[in-house]
Amino acid sequence: MKKLTGVARIWRVVILLIVGFYLLLPLFSMAEFSTRAGADGGRTLDSWAAIPTAPDLLASILVSVQLALLAVLGILVLLVPTMIWVHLRLPLMRRPLEVICMLPIAIPAIVLVVGIAPIYRWLSQFFGSSPLSLAFVYTILTFPYAYRAIDTSLRSVDVNTLAEAARTLGASWPKTIMGIIIPNIRNGILGACVISIALVLGEFTIASLLNYETMQVVINLLGKREGQISVAVSLAALIFAFVLLIAIPTSGKKQEVAQDGA
Amino acid sequence: MEPKSNAGAAVELKSLRRAFGNVQALNDFSLEIDQGELVALLGPSGCGKTTALRALAGLQDLDSGQILVQGEDITHVRASKREMGMVFQSYSLFPHMNAQENVEYGLKLRKESRKKDRRARRAIEMLELVGLDTQSKRYPHQLSGGQQQRVALARALAIAPDVLLLDEPLSALDAKVRSQLRDEIRRIQLELGTTTLFVTHDQEEALGIADRVGVMSGGSLAQIARPAELYERPTSALVAEFVGLTTPLQCEVRDGVAYLLGSSVPVLPGSVTNGAAVALLRPESIDLVPDPQSQSQVLTVSFLGSVCRVVVQLEDKTLLTVQALSEKIGDFPPGSHVGFAFHGSPVFAKPVA
Repeated sequence: MKKLTGVARIWRVVILLIVGFYLLLPLFSMAEFSTRAGADGGRTLDSWAAIPTAPDLLASILVSVQLALLAVLGILVLLVPTMIWVHLRLPLMRRPLEVICMLPIAIPAIVLVVGIAPIYRWLSQFFGSSPLSLAFVYTILTFPYAYRAIDTSLRSVDVNTLAEAARTLGASWPKTIMGIIIPNIRNGILGACVISIALVLGEFTIASLLNYETMQVVINLLGKREGQISVAVSLAALIFAFVLLIAIPTSGKKQEVAQDGA
Repeated sequence: MEPKSNAGAAVELKSLRRAFGNVQALNDFSLEIDQGELVALLGPSGCGKTTALRALAGLQDLDSGQILVQGEDITHVRASKREMGMVFQSYSLFPHMNAQENVEYGLKLRKESRKKDRRARRAIEMLELVGLDTQSKRYPHQLSGGQQQRVALARALAIAPDVLLLDEPLSALDAKVRSQLRDEIRRIQLELGTTTLFVTHDQEEALGIADRVGVMSGGSLAQIARPAELYERPTSALVAEFVGLTTPLQCEVRDGVAYLLGSSVPVLPGSVTNGAAVALLRPESIDLVPDPQSQSQVLTVSFLGSVCRVVVQLEDKTLLTVQALSEKIGDFPPGSHVGFAFHGSPVFAKPVA
């Protein structure tokens, strides 16, 4: 790799500091606000301790986590096999699939809600008013991000040749996909899952407009009554998402290192 | 039960046809490979050689035709049920498995090799055969290109395939490794007696390794013969020009004899038998002789080891390439005047375009 000159290195550090400051300042502010004890400047963790007792909060966190898991399940069951199959067997469908998967990012949330509200009215006949029915729309919402992550992985390995090698060695299609393709795009799938979890945990607009009480909706309501608790929960949710974002790709790398050392 | 022996099966490809849009990749392509034989398919890009190999592997659907292995029709059998071992042009080892696991993969899928220790023994045996038993725990990214292709070869052979299919397996390697691995493939193939179809665009590779070489053009076989025969007795201008080096030279053919450069040479079957023609001369079919009276002059001399390649400018400014022994090259410095002596081996004469 090209060695950086002194000036370039300084610039790099400066830019890193500015970006770090820009990103971390709101988090510090949230931490500061959620631990404030009155006007005299003391510190307390009362707001954090109150999280479990705040009305509806725990239930809504549970709902959001369930929704995130259902969205991940949707990706694993719908998107991953479809993308692998299109990549291997229907290359002409790659572009149309990409366009379809990218649509949710191009359609504003409010337009999406107006479009799907009648469907949800119909769905409620079968699923009642359970907020878990949001999983349908959330799965679709995560498609653009999940598609990108999985597509990058599929392109980085020569999956067609690997699949052909497996088939000539006697592997059926299911064995080829489960035993050869998926292990080699594992990091892409993990990335897609992490992004989807983060997206679902942070989604507010659609849940609010469709009148479902997810974590973000309840945080918003709580914020009007108990500002400090709402900020504490928001910060906790952000930290949880960050930990996920850092932990899962790192675990992928650890496996690679283990392979190197083998 | 031990895995079956590696002795291969006889293969028959009958009138295979396959079109991609307007392009006829296989056009009434037929080929027979004897048990234990190594046949190389040679041809320029797009001639259909890879399509033929993939059709035999079951990776390419056909429009029509029939594929028989040991007399059994496998035209509609799935790739996974065909018992073909294949080595690909691009590195195809499974990146998440080490060398031994890669070799064991095909065995794992077979009932007779379910026992782990038997499978491992067979994998090590195969890695030994390609000289990589000490690297069995290495992952593909820890192996060089040549080593990866060796493991791929071991993986393909481990299942004791009916036919070994090699799809330009050496083309991604550098020259030295390529020639080493080429010799090794031939050694192993002869040792195991596996029926093998080898596809390449490199004529040196094809001529050097195969029992018979088939030259393909436009989706069908232009000629298939033993390497020496293919080189010395091409039956068409296409084969004569594609295999080896030729210099086209205007000549007159009368009753199967070509008259050129003041000499007469018999023409090969399939050539023009009477009238004006273009003779395709091999560099080694002519000897240079010193001739101060001649209007032909040596232009350049390239040293190639035991022989030199000499480019001579003829009286009519045509350039003729001739091969001469290096020990005699001192007689023909650039600028010297030379004459020609034909060996008498027949030449191919094509019609004037």
